[in-house]
Amino acid sequence: MSIFNFFSRPRSAPIARERLQLLLAHERALNGRSDLAAVLQEEILAVIARHIAIDRDKVNVKLDRGGSVSTLEIDIEMPVSLSPVKN
Amino acid sequence: MAKVLVVTSGKGGVGKTTSTAAIGAALAQAGQNVVVVDFDVGLRNLDLIMGAERRVVYDLVNVVQGDAKLAQALIRDKRVDTLSLLPASQTRDKDALTPEGVERVVGDLRDKFDWVVCDSPAGIERGATLAMRHADVAIVVTNPEVSSVRDSDRIIGMLDSKTARAEAGERIDKHLLLTRYDTGRATRGEMLKVDDVLEILAIPLLGIIPDSEDVLRASNVGCPVTLHNPSSAPARAYSEAARRLLGEAIDVSIPVERKGLMSRLFGRKVA
Repeated sequence: MSIFNFFSRPRSAPIARERLQLLLAHERALNGRSDLAAVLQEEILAVIARHIAIDRDKVNVKLDRGGSVSTLEIDIEMPVSLSPVKN
Repeated sequence: MAKVLVVTSGKGGVGKTTSTAAIGAALAQAGQNVVVVDFDVGLRNLDLIMGAERRVVYDLVNVVQGDAKLAQALIRDKRVDTLSLLPASQTRDKDALTPEGVERVVGDLRDKFDWVVCDSPAGIERGATLAMRHADVAIVVTNPEVSSVRDSDRIIGMLDSKTARAEAGERIDKHLLLTRYDTGRATRGEMLKVDDVLEILAIPLLGIIPDSEDVLRASNVGCPVTLHNPSSAPARAYSEAARRLLGEAIDVSIPVERKGLMSRLFGRKVA
């Protein structure tokens, strides 16, 4: 295994280069509004909270920045009984 | 026409102060009237790298606040008589610098010198923004390493938006200085290559400074590397960078160490 490793020496620089290109493409686009994910999360939650009582501790937000597609995943655990918000 | 040059990077420890001293000294040796200004208020080090730490009486904050005249605070270099230093304060914090005061002092320095070289503190806060504020030319010092490249990208964005020139709709000349470069490791795919960094940051290359023991040796004795060991690889790289700033068209190469018989035999130089 060690001889195999010696011949296929891992080249880390191409990985560094790809990670940087991806990251900077996003950071440049978000220039000055790096809190976009937080803003989206707040506004989406506010809309949902108007209709369903949600527990803030049971909200899970994931952001995955990819090369061509980025995803914002908001996981909201619904209460057992879907109690509508009383107005 | 005087030029204000800022040496900046965002990230700390990449070689801003070393580069300020080396390029400032090289410009002065080329006959230019140069002042190097330390903007790192509270953590000054340019005085130490220049070997003038025992001669500091007044500093940039004293001049900005009007407690000392500019001529009193300037320290003339003992090796090159067209080179001066304006040190930062060690005891104050960076809020002691006011935008109006800095504008006045930089304006006064423009009248006295051909080149005003501003050594920026790390970070993107007040000290760094004031150091770049009045620049005509910027050197972005970058190591071939992911965090340094990311921070340089951020700083380039600030140079294009937060400087007086940018706000007036004018262009600021930006140059990349790649420091601590190791050709061997880059060739083996262990380190970002020059072309990788250039492609990502997309600003013209001013020079490549090889990773070298000569840099530490020069800072140990308080002498810019371009004066301490002019024939060393980093000194030649810095001197060529300075000539490019003066408008000479020289191809960028990576200077290599010239090893003599003794260093070949014993593996290190007798310094």
